[in-house]
Amino acid sequence: MDLRSDLARVRGLGSAKDGVRHWWVQRLTAVALVPLGIWFVTQAINLAGVSHAAFKVWLATGANFLLMALLVTTMFYHLQLGLQVVIEDYIHAERAKTVLLVLNIFACIFLAAFSLVALVKVAFGG
Amino acid sequence: MVELSLPRNSKVKQGKTHKAPAGAKNIRKYQVYRWSPDDGQNPSIDTYEVDMDTCGPMVLDGLIKIKNDMDPTLTFRRSCREGVCGSCAMNIDGTNTLACTKDMGDIKGDVKVYPLPHMDVVKDLVPDLSKAYAQYASVEPWLKTDTPAPDKERLQSPEERAKLDGLWECILCFCCTTSCPSYWWNSDRYLGPAVLLQAYRWIADSRDEKTGDRLDNLEDPFRLYRCHTIMNCTNTCPKSLNPAKAIAETKKLMLERR
Repeated sequence: MDLRSDLARVRGLGSAKDGVRHWWVQRLTAVALVPLGIWFVTQAINLAGVSHAAFKVWLATGANFLLMALLVTTMFYHLQLGLQVVIEDYIHAERAKTVLLVLNIFACIFLAAFSLVALVKVAFGG
Repeated sequence: MVELSLPRNSKVKQGKTHKAPAGAKNIRKYQVYRWSPDDGQNPSIDTYEVDMDTCGPMVLDGLIKIKNDMDPTLTFRRSCREGVCGSCAMNIDGTNTLACTKDMGDIKGDVKVYPLPHMDVVKDLVPDLSKAYAQYASVEPWLKTDTPAPDKERLQSPEERAKLDGLWECILCFCCTTSCPSYWWNSDRYLGPAVLLQAYRWIADSRDEKTGDRLDNLEDPFRLYRCHTIMNCTNTCPKSLNPAKAIAETKKLMLERR
């Protein structure tokens, strides 16, 4: 039974004094993804149908490799931040929420690292 | 978790129909949400046929006529009947607004009246606003200073005073807060648009000396940052205020002070 006053419940554990960083970085990554996304789509259209060898040459170019690496890291960072908000919004059971928030971080870091390794292998592998 | 269907005892059923008096020619149908904590019944929608020839033009006029002439058990809050007290906030024709300033002529078909959404219902059209009021109290909505009070009033330039326009007019009817999906899902921790607008009213006040403390109190992933700029608050405000802008200004200050 919860006999706390309404004010005690509203004040709860107090302010987390946090949240600006999450909000700001989510917007920064969103802005960064606009040019990166446009670049990626135009390149993907241009590259449609080329041979694996030709794609390797394209990816091994400094600028292309750099932009691809930036794209996947920014994208998965943005995904992690966005999914975190969705989980916090809709999952209210404290334990399930914590588990999902941890899984979200692990999954996004894994996918970003996996993508980076794949980029290196394709561009510079044998 | 989000509840996608109503619990069994919350399913709304068809209620009674109250006919207009014989001879009434100009009839408007009201469909009103009814629920009483006393009889153990599910909520219902009662239909009232209101004789418009003997009724004022606003939705509140119709509700008062129903209570006076047709069904004294209908329960709702009202006071000023001119849009300054915020008591008669309810969901009319699908939108949260004040019954006293909502013209029946602007509604097509039957007049559908429900309590403010997603709040506990005390009875019929009366929502329980205790938590919303506690949230308002939590932002300490009064002038806070360390400088001793001067002999005269605390001065404010016309420009500084202008910053409070669009904020001081809020009547705390909670139409905006109860229209916000983020508040529906997380009202235990998210303060909601009405309280955040009120909080910004003191943050923006040039005479207040506790701006930093006020921002500290709001800087929280839930208290402030559950606002996802859905904009229902600004769409629904019966005073045409912009709570979403007040929240955005607060977020800008959070960034500015980093």
